[in-house]
Amino acid sequence: MYPARFHYEAPSTVDEVLQLLAMYQGEAKVMSGGMSLIPLMKLRFASPSCVIDVNNIAGLDYMDESGGRLRIGALVRNRTLVRSEVLRARYPLMSSLAPQVADPLVRARGTLVGSLCHADPQGDWGAAMLAMGGEVVARSTAGERTIPVRDLLLGPFQTSLRPDEFAVEARVPGPSGEPFGMYYKLERKVGDFATVGVAVFLDRNGGSITKAGIALTGVGSTNIKCVDAEQALLSGGLTDAGIDAAARLAAEAAKPQTDQRGSAEYKRHLVRTFVVRALQTATGREPIDIRQRRFERVASLV
Amino acid sequence: MAVDELSVGGVGARVKRVEDDRFIRGRGNYTDDFKLPGMLHMEILRSPYAHARIVSIDTSKAWAIPGVHLVLTGELMQQRNLAWMPTLSYDTQAVLATDKVRFQGQEVAAVVADDPYIAKDACEAIQVEYEALPAIVNPQQATASGAPLIRDDKDGQTDNICYTWEVGDKANTDRAFEQAEHVVKLDCFYPRSHPSPIECCGCIADWNSATEKLTIYMTTQAPHIIRTAVALVAELPEHMIRIIAPDIGGGFGNKVPVYPGYVVATLASILVARPVKWIEDKTGNLISTGYARDMYFHGELAIDNRGKIQGLRIHVDTDNGAFFSDAQPTKFKVGLIHSAFACYDIPYGHLTSQGHYTNKAPGGVAYRCSFRVTEAMFFQERLIAAACQDLGVDPADFRRINFVQEFPWRTTYGMLLDSGDYDKCLTLALEKLGYEDLRREQAEARKRGRLIGIGISTMTEPLGAGNSREFDIIGIKMFDSAELRVHPSGKAVLKIGSKTQGQGHETTFAQIVTHELGIPSRDILVHHGDTDNTPFGMGTYASRSTPTAGAATAMASRKVRAKARKLAAHLLEVSEDDLEWELGRFYVRDAPQRGASIQDCALAAYTNMPDGLEPGLENHAYYDPPNMTWPFAAYVAAVEIDPETGVWEVLRFVAVDDCGVRINPMIVEGQIMGGLTEAYAMSNMQFITFDSNGNCIGANYMDYLIPTAWETPAWELHEVVTPCPHHPIGAKGIGECACVGGPAAFVNAVIDAVAHLGVRNIDMPVFSGRVWEAIREQHDVAGSPPLPGHH
Amino acid sequence: MEVRQISVTINDETRLVEVEPRMLCVHMIREVVGLTGTHLGCDTTSCGACTVLLDGVPVKSCTLLAVQTDGHELTTVEGLGWPSELHPVQEGFKEEHGLQCGFCTPGMMLTVTALLEDNPDPTEDEIRWAISGNLCRCTGYQNIVKAVQWAAKKMAAERTSVSA
Repeated sequence: MYPARFHYEAPSTVDEVLQLLAMYQGEAKVMSGGMSLIPLMKLRFASPSCVIDVNNIAGLDYMDESGGRLRIGALVRNRTLVRSEVLRARYPLMSSLAPQVADPLVRARGTLVGSLCHADPQGDWGAAMLAMGGEVVARSTAGERTIPVRDLLLGPFQTSLRPDEFAVEARVPGPSGEPFGMYYKLERKVGDFATVGVAVFLDRNGGSITKAGIALTGVGSTNIKCVDAEQALLSGGLTDAGIDAAARLAAEAAKPQTDQRGSAEYKRHLVRTFVVRALQTATGREPIDIRQRRFERVASLV
Repeated sequence: MAVDELSVGGVGARVKRVEDDRFIRGRGNYTDDFKLPGMLHMEILRSPYAHARIVSIDTSKAWAIPGVHLVLTGELMQQRNLAWMPTLSYDTQAVLATDKVRFQGQEVAAVVADDPYIAKDACEAIQVEYEALPAIVNPQQATASGAPLIRDDKDGQTDNICYTWEVGDKANTDRAFEQAEHVVKLDCFYPRSHPSPIECCGCIADWNSATEKLTIYMTTQAPHIIRTAVALVAELPEHMIRIIAPDIGGGFGNKVPVYPGYVVATLASILVARPVKWIEDKTGNLISTGYARDMYFHGELAIDNRGKIQGLRIHVDTDNGAFFSDAQPTKFKVGLIHSAFACYDIPYGHLTSQGHYTNKAPGGVAYRCSFRVTEAMFFQERLIAAACQDLGVDPADFRRINFVQEFPWRTTYGMLLDSGDYDKCLTLALEKLGYEDLRREQAEARKRGRLIGIGISTMTEPLGAGNSREFDIIGIKMFDSAELRVHPSGKAVLKIGSKTQGQGHETTFAQIVTHELGIPSRDILVHHGDTDNTPFGMGTYASRSTPTAGAATAMASRKVRAKARKLAAHLLEVSEDDLEWELGRFYVRDAPQRGASIQDCALAAYTNMPDGLEPGLENHAYYDPPNMTWPFAAYVAAVEIDPETGVWEVLRFVAVDDCGVRINPMIVEGQIMGGLTEAYAMSNMQFITFDSNGNCIGANYMDYLIPTAWETPAWELHEVVTPCPHHPIGAKGIGECACVGGPAAFVNAVIDAVAHLGVRNIDMPVFSGRVWEAIREQHDVAGSPPLPGHH
Repeated sequence: MEVRQISVTINDETRLVEVEPRMLCVHMIREVVGLTGTHLGCDTTSCGACTVLLDGVPVKSCTLLAVQTDGHELTTVEGLGWPSELHPVQEGFKEEHGLQCGFCTPGMMLTVTALLEDNPDPTEDEIRWAISGNLCRCTGYQNIVKAVQWAAKKMAAERTSVSA
């Protein structure tokens, strides 16, 4: 309940952040939403020497679609993403996922970029970014680089970000045709970690799939991109056989553990089931699904 | 003219709550809200191990931190004979560990500092060296050969068994089983759960070294028992101890026991001669305070060819944790487990029970359980459901064949039912549900691969502990009390021995006075929780307040009314025999327009007394209930399961409750809905479990799941009213009924949905993974997750 | 020991407060400012008893550093309503028995107040969704839903009478 002492900085520019990170050499943590960092500090599982609060930096809360891709600044909160018409219209996977992160109060503060940097294997956004081929832009005093999310997430709470880097933006490619996306998250209650999370993303042109993305939450040491399953979809299409193959391959890519949420076998089965259901929805069918999609019928989500 | 009872807030009125005025303004006074001059803060260091020898404790670095005033260890407590304390079950419990730690989270040391941040820093600086020992996490391990001895601190303790208990008629029960045409057996498990009110436990201990008076603000449901217990444990004079239970943010039985933190804070205050505040965090609350359930059940029914139960056998193994600390009436080692099957006419029964020490937090009796009646009724309704399934009988019909029909009635295990109408309750519930239609829908749905299930749970339970012949806690009989004083203006103050934690006593008990005297309830202030100025009562838990303190309130009011009659006679210049009473006034029988209101009498008590009558208008009552009260209920759940995922949702839930006369129907309904929500939670998500090393899984709100508004179903409530024949106003207890009877409705419903696949039992928590396994493997799923292989 | 001075506006009153960086916002509110209506119920950001409005948005004050509120506005339960009358949300909770022990109530009411600002006529599902970050052990939520509906109705009536 009571964090250990730390030095606090609240810079107002990105450059100041970078200088601080360079100075502290891994002993400082950037805090945006704080919805992951502060709970860890309260339990004293994390005790950084310095907390760099980036919430006062102007101009980091943008959502910008110029250049054929969506750029999301580090301070864009989940609450904004839930309400975003842009997401609803053109990034349906993200629009489906955003309301399922944590609970409404936590969504008010938590950020997408922060979630990616935290790299909790139970983090939902990692799955969406993997499925959509997202990237993160990181800056340091040495310059700037773009890191595909599949190279960013290394393991539980481990990213390829250097200690002196500050992730300023996440990017996803814009849709080229008709995008489809759905995030299935089985949680025992709102705010629970996912028993299993399945992100499915398609970009389509006419009847054919131009891009396919399937990624998982909570069934491995990090979010998992189901590359073989994606390939199967691209080659097999949305036929029953294609859907079945993709689902089977996605389940095989999962590496779940048995715990109080369920057995490894159950979780693998859920992966398969949810991939099938998401893809069936993409074909226009309405799979029977008790409870999972109830929130989609709520007009105004927070 | 009599005042209209409903409009002055008497019994039956939906009076808006008096308590709300401060709560909605954020002006509640919970224990952590108080600041006393010079107050210091205490934090507790807890054991990371479930079972370990303490090799050494080095507190030097903690003492060195600026702002630290005191560091306490078991050794220092031992010097004052306070390292161990007696429990309410006549065992002993460690206050701060001395030789060993016996459960993960056990209290090892405490720091008192200027603020809790510093206290926490200092706790982190205490270095404890442990030597880990093998941990025992269930009764089977406790009694396995070669199991380590947990209570090696107790002279003469050679095993991990903490009690055995037995009730009933073995010989006749055995005969009934020998003669039975059918025998139905069931094994099931009620997982460990925790009351988990949102507000954690805590206290402010304030020792005044000048007056030698000890005042403790405490989150306690039973301030008077605590005062007596503190007097015994700390060897301080009882009249110089004042326990103040202020507003309490939920109790549910969690805030009855004496916790080590209270004892340590009290000693700390005495040592530093300043107030010491200790408020635990949620982890401390979940990992160390009074949990509930954790019971293994084996049950058998002997049934004849008419479907009538002729015999009942029960064996329960309880997991009591590291210390036998249950707060329950002394004579009963397993609470009122023998109330099981009370609503069924079963001639012979035998019940045996054994308790076990394990390396887990101590407890077992808590959580809206009416002293383990939750377990009794859950097992009852699960065994009944299994019988219906085995015999192919409709669950409603089977119950009707077996319900007790005549009252009063001596139950199988010897309890006395005063009243009931179980059939009426069940029939109403099924009618409101549309049972016949739903059964048809279920059959149709099954043909299309949909899984709908209907679950019934019926029960009566004993509430209102309890009669002095049978009930006591540490020797103190379980009466309760009320003191009523009416002032010259006719306004009144009622002081009671119970202590609400959200049940609305400040509103409902005033309503009882209104019922007896006609004083408007808004003119009655209810005072409770402060042992210096309330009468001795045993507190609020096990739904006992209305049956005991409520009855005392009625009796005290009647004594006041009897004196008021004398004053009325004096005012009206007639004899008492010429007077009649109607609500709010006495009137002359032969001249009804001539009367004296209760307010007239009150004024007269101070200004115009008849010769020989003492001034004042007040009285008190201590009520020793003649029997328990027996509310009863029928709960019916309809669920649908997603066959592919095992996820289930509640389609409908109908609750029909009979709690006798309802003092405030609005509050009664609130209690039922709260209880049903807890029943729902326990049935599918809310539980504590342990891994094979004794690590507690469920010691925070990420692992111990409380449902949100999103998951919680809607509740349809209905009522039947059978007044309690022996309670002064015909009321019965109600607070726990839905929590007691509810879980079986959900579990029975889920099993009903998959019974045709050969599934007969799924132990709680019935979460989606277990349901899926049952469907896929077409077998029962038992035990506590993680699955047995990981224990 | 590092101490920061911050300027935070709480319930329309701007205060200068000195806090350690590690002090949680909820502790600042309760212990430094002395407003005890905001409660603490857990240690994993799960229960919402500590909910306050930060610039009008409901957040969990146990997962916010006090220093983060520098230059911002906080509304606690003590800031609901006016000296002479209750906010319709407060009234609704009393009218519909939307509270029992009262411990979750301040946080619950603030979340609900923000909801009704945003969505004056929410459906039952929208209400349940909006309060899914606030746990209650006593009520089973059904009466809380009714309390919100009561408040929504009163606020709509007041809006109509104002504009009439």
